[in-house]
Amino acid sequence: MNHESHWVLGRLDWSALPFWDALQHPTTMNIVNAIIASGAGAMVILGGLIAAAALTWTKRWRWLWSEWLTSPDHKKIGIMFIVIALVMLARAVIEAVFMRLQQAVGLDGGFLTAEHFGQLFTTHGTIMVFFMAMPFLTGIINYVMPLQIGTRDLSFPVMNTISLGLTAAGAALVMVSLVLAPFSTGGWSGYPSFTESAANPGAGVDYWIWAVTLSTLSSTLTGINFAVTIYKKRAPGMTWFRLPLFTWTALCTSILMIFGMPPLTVATALLALDRYLDFHFFTADLGGNMMNYINLFWAFGHPEVYILILPAFGIFSEIFSTFSGKTLYGYTALVIATLAIAVLSFTVWLHHFFTMGQSAHINAIFGIATMLIGVPTGVKIYDWMLTMFRGRIRFSVPMIYAIGFIMLFVLGGLTGVILAVPSVDYQIHNSLFLVAHFHNMLIPGLLFGMLAGTNLWFPKAFGFRLEERWGRRAAYCWIVGFMMAFFPLYALGVLGMPRRSAAFFEPTYLPWTLIAGIGAIVILVAMLFLLLQLWVSVRDRELNRVPGGDPWDGRSLEWSVSSPPPEYNFPVIPEIHGRDAYMRQKESGGGAHPRPDDYTDITMPANTAMGAIIGMTGFLMAFGLTWYEWWLVMAAGGATLVALVARGFTRQRTRTITAAEVHRQHDTWLRELASLRPVTRAEEQSSANRGLPASPVEGAVQ
Amino acid sequence: MNSTSTRHPGLNLGHAHGEAHEASEELVFGFWVFMMSDLIIFGLLFATYITMLGGTAGGPGPHELFELKSAFIETMLLLISSFTFGMASLALKYRSDRKVLVGWLVVTLLLGLGFIAHELYDFHKMFSEGGVPSRSGFLSAFFALVPLHGLHVTGACIWLVALLGQIAVHGLDTPTKTGLMRLAILWHFLDVVWIGIFSIVYLGGIA
Amino acid sequence: MIIGLTLIVVLPVLVLTPLILARYRYGRNSEYRPHWAFSKIADTAIWGVPFLVVIALAIVAWRGTVSLDPYKPIDSNKAPLRVQVVGFDWKWLFIYPDQGVATVNDLVIPTHRPISLQLTSASVMQGFFVPALGSQVDVMNRMVTRLHLEADQEGEFPGKNMQYNGKGFHLQRFATHAVDDEAFQRFADRTRRSGNALDAHVLDALNEKSTAAQLTQEIEPQNAVSKPAALRFGSVPHDLFQAIADHETPDWSSLTSKVPVSSGPATPDDRGEKQP
Repeated sequence: MNHESHWVLGRLDWSALPFWDALQHPTTMNIVNAIIASGAGAMVILGGLIAAAALTWTKRWRWLWSEWLTSPDHKKIGIMFIVIALVMLARAVIEAVFMRLQQAVGLDGGFLTAEHFGQLFTTHGTIMVFFMAMPFLTGIINYVMPLQIGTRDLSFPVMNTISLGLTAAGAALVMVSLVLAPFSTGGWSGYPSFTESAANPGAGVDYWIWAVTLSTLSSTLTGINFAVTIYKKRAPGMTWFRLPLFTWTALCTSILMIFGMPPLTVATALLALDRYLDFHFFTADLGGNMMNYINLFWAFGHPEVYILILPAFGIFSEIFSTFSGKTLYGYTALVIATLAIAVLSFTVWLHHFFTMGQSAHINAIFGIATMLIGVPTGVKIYDWMLTMFRGRIRFSVPMIYAIGFIMLFVLGGLTGVILAVPSVDYQIHNSLFLVAHFHNMLIPGLLFGMLAGTNLWFPKAFGFRLEERWGRRAAYCWIVGFMMAFFPLYALGVLGMPRRSAAFFEPTYLPWTLIAGIGAIVILVAMLFLLLQLWVSVRDRELNRVPGGDPWDGRSLEWSVSSPPPEYNFPVIPEIHGRDAYMRQKESGGGAHPRPDDYTDITMPANTAMGAIIGMTGFLMAFGLTWYEWWLVMAAGGATLVALVARGFTRQRTRTITAAEVHRQHDTWLRELASLRPVTRAEEQSSANRGLPASPVEGAVQ
Repeated sequence: MNSTSTRHPGLNLGHAHGEAHEASEELVFGFWVFMMSDLIIFGLLFATYITMLGGTAGGPGPHELFELKSAFIETMLLLISSFTFGMASLALKYRSDRKVLVGWLVVTLLLGLGFIAHELYDFHKMFSEGGVPSRSGFLSAFFALVPLHGLHVTGACIWLVALLGQIAVHGLDTPTKTGLMRLAILWHFLDVVWIGIFSIVYLGGIA
Repeated sequence: MIIGLTLIVVLPVLVLTPLILARYRYGRNSEYRPHWAFSKIADTAIWGVPFLVVIALAIVAWRGTVSLDPYKPIDSNKAPLRVQVVGFDWKWLFIYPDQGVATVNDLVIPTHRPISLQLTSASVMQGFFVPALGSQVDVMNRMVTRLHLEADQEGEFPGKNMQYNGKGFHLQRFATHAVDDEAFQRFADRTRRSGNALDAHVLDALNEKSTAAQLTQEIEPQNAVSKPAALRFGSVPHDLFQAIADHETPDWSSLTSKVPVSSGPATPDDRGEKQP
């Protein structure tokens, strides 16, 4: 590490290359690690080059710019968020496989250096939380929520592009750290004083700070955007207790984002002040106190857990109801439970550090508060079971994920209650038991939810269903792989194996780490199957087309429009008369797709480069800060300011789609609908399903 | 009574603009939510400051560094600027004359700049007395909280200049008006935060 | 107990879900009530039962937490043995203030006698844990935490650091040897007679980022092969622990004066108050 700053390159020099260390000290281990790290870096560069070449080859740069990067359409932004999430998921899963393999052969060693292992668990955690889970749920809410509440866009479409730009910038920063290493080894929570410059002077922690900060800013803006949209833009008649449950969870998640993200912004900002300007917030000397960081971090960190899980709960609610062909059981209870979880999530943060020496009474109070969250969560689980009770359950791919979720999640709940008891936590804190627990919550909870949601809404977004066979195989592999990879970790935790261990010396651990390693491979296979599913689906898209827009006999408004929906979502904003608005319409006998009396001009936000500009300048600022390239920070910061001021001066902010055009498009779709054959649920998974369900009014067997 | 007139007590968007009202309602509500989020940042910095009051590590503390007179002058500058912004808002609502509005805005801007200048002078004096953030945890907490407020005021001043530019270019159209409306919220919000700083940091520190 | 109580809520899910799935799957013309969405009885049960379980759990958790508080001295008719623990990157220093000796990565304790530990870190946060003996507690720079343990049987128990602190983290392991009183006395006497002095040079070496093996290599190269990773010191500044916790220089002059050979009973005053 070059400590004298070059005026252009800052601290950046040859030692940032992932193979530099191995050139200096060519031991076998260093060379093996350099090959792995350089391979990863090369993948990033190669991936970028291939994408660029493909765009140039197909002459699609302009298309990418005007149709996607500058589009304020919530649907396209949602899809771009999900693309980021999937790319980052792939990277973080590969990292997880390396970690599990390292521990599988980690008795007295393993093949990764401790430094490399430290970077792996830090990037894995940081990516999974900030650049997989957050963009994934943000993307799905972005896509689905406006359709569910019957509006044409979010309240602040330009801010939405900025949110996307900031998340993309953060993700890009984490990717760049593969080429210009290193990343932090401080874990996803970045506890000082380990992350202070005294213990960790290099660029790694700075990468972490700025990547996380970009993501946090993005999520704060997203939270504001979603919450205001749900407050202000609901269709007429869409009262609070008629909102689809997914929208309720989206609302609670956004409120948690608004209140839960600022503590992290503060924590990382103060850590940055410590590192860059020699402040003393979390240092051991001169009056600093690292416990402040830990409190700030978990004041964010615990609400964050529910930011991640609530949208998944919403998705599962929709799935259980849709694929049981039944009204959701206990809607009101589910709403109350969601709100209760959101409120309680701010009262339990101390359970992340029972072992830091508080009095037993404080620990016990926070432990009990933690258990209390189990009540509304348990209610939700039973509500979902009662939703299936006396239904007609169809085992489609989303439903398989949902069933996997319900069975595995309660086990995670069980271990959560165990961890919530402080005297027990003292035995297993920071052990692999903890790792197993939160993966048990987040993989079946969040990730299965997101994958199920993708399978559920993919036909809405792209007009064709995802292929079922590979989808099922992927789902089963996820479930089996998860159990194999993480159940042994419970045992290892009870045996006292600390998390984040690059190696171990107890032969008794070996059988467990081996099984977990195999489980990780199964998960890798599941990822492969997901890719295959996508490939086969795109190949056979004509077979699985659903122009009717309603392949699952859906209940909420998003199924009432074509697939993919027009950019303005609804030719005419619908009027809502009750819960499950679209199902009600279908059952009422008034026709699923009434022709409106007249159409009006529709005003939509115009394309804007703001998101792309802020994303780019945000990335450059973060990169400059990481490597001490002050000129770059100033230039990018100045450009951001100019862009924001200039945006204030623009007045061409909307464009209009004429009533005649809307009329024409709607007519075309209605004609196509008339040509479709309605199908019963028995044909749901066949190519006869063109997205037009037979209605029970017509006497169809559901 | 015209129903639109009750929607934005401080804002005259004209009578025939149902949709503009709806859109600006969303804008202003969204800005309130943003302020709420920002308030949490300040709240946490206040809390951090209070926990770190004892962390002077042998360095200078509030008694050595703070000057009540100077903090009081800053308070007055900001309070008066809030008042003048209020006058600007009234001018925006009731006066068709743009000059009065611009006049009040310029006075507000000058007061804001005066506040920043005075604060910078204060910091300069603290620095010369050894009150630098790297000296102690207490000073770190001070220099995270108070300058963050100063940065907000600076940002608000830049926004004000930009809005004056918009008035010059586009006149008082709806985007400019809603911009002024939101800036007013920010300006009064910063006033409130400053009251917190004045009472907790300065009065609390010296008393 | 905890698991059993929680299973009251968890088990029905695991049992009933497959039953529901089997019975109500599509194509099996079981009862179908598409609009059934509320039942007072069911709702009372699904709110009430978990709530009652949480109340029961809360009582269990409260009692357990208070009675097993690691800060609470263990009831015993024997005076506790005081041990001061300092976490370095990446090794542990154990100081026996009443015996005037210290070891690195080798915690020797008598069985059936409460051990009262004071802990701090000379570096970043770490987690002190001997899984076989009980609770873990974090150790932090400039802060002193407490822990009370007691070994019921003789043996060697591995101890670890649970909180990641860099690339030597997984090597920061130590052995806990629980021995009988006499053997402990022998250990203390022998260490006092034969061990090195823990002087400024050794403290500098401890403060470096190194594993215990590397440390041994540095200060006792002759012993590095024969008994790796177990250093013992027969003379220790009397205020070493507090000096490390307060970031002050230890009273090195107390090293020169010979420590009295007899090791009297430990001071009974063990109820040190918590330091934040």
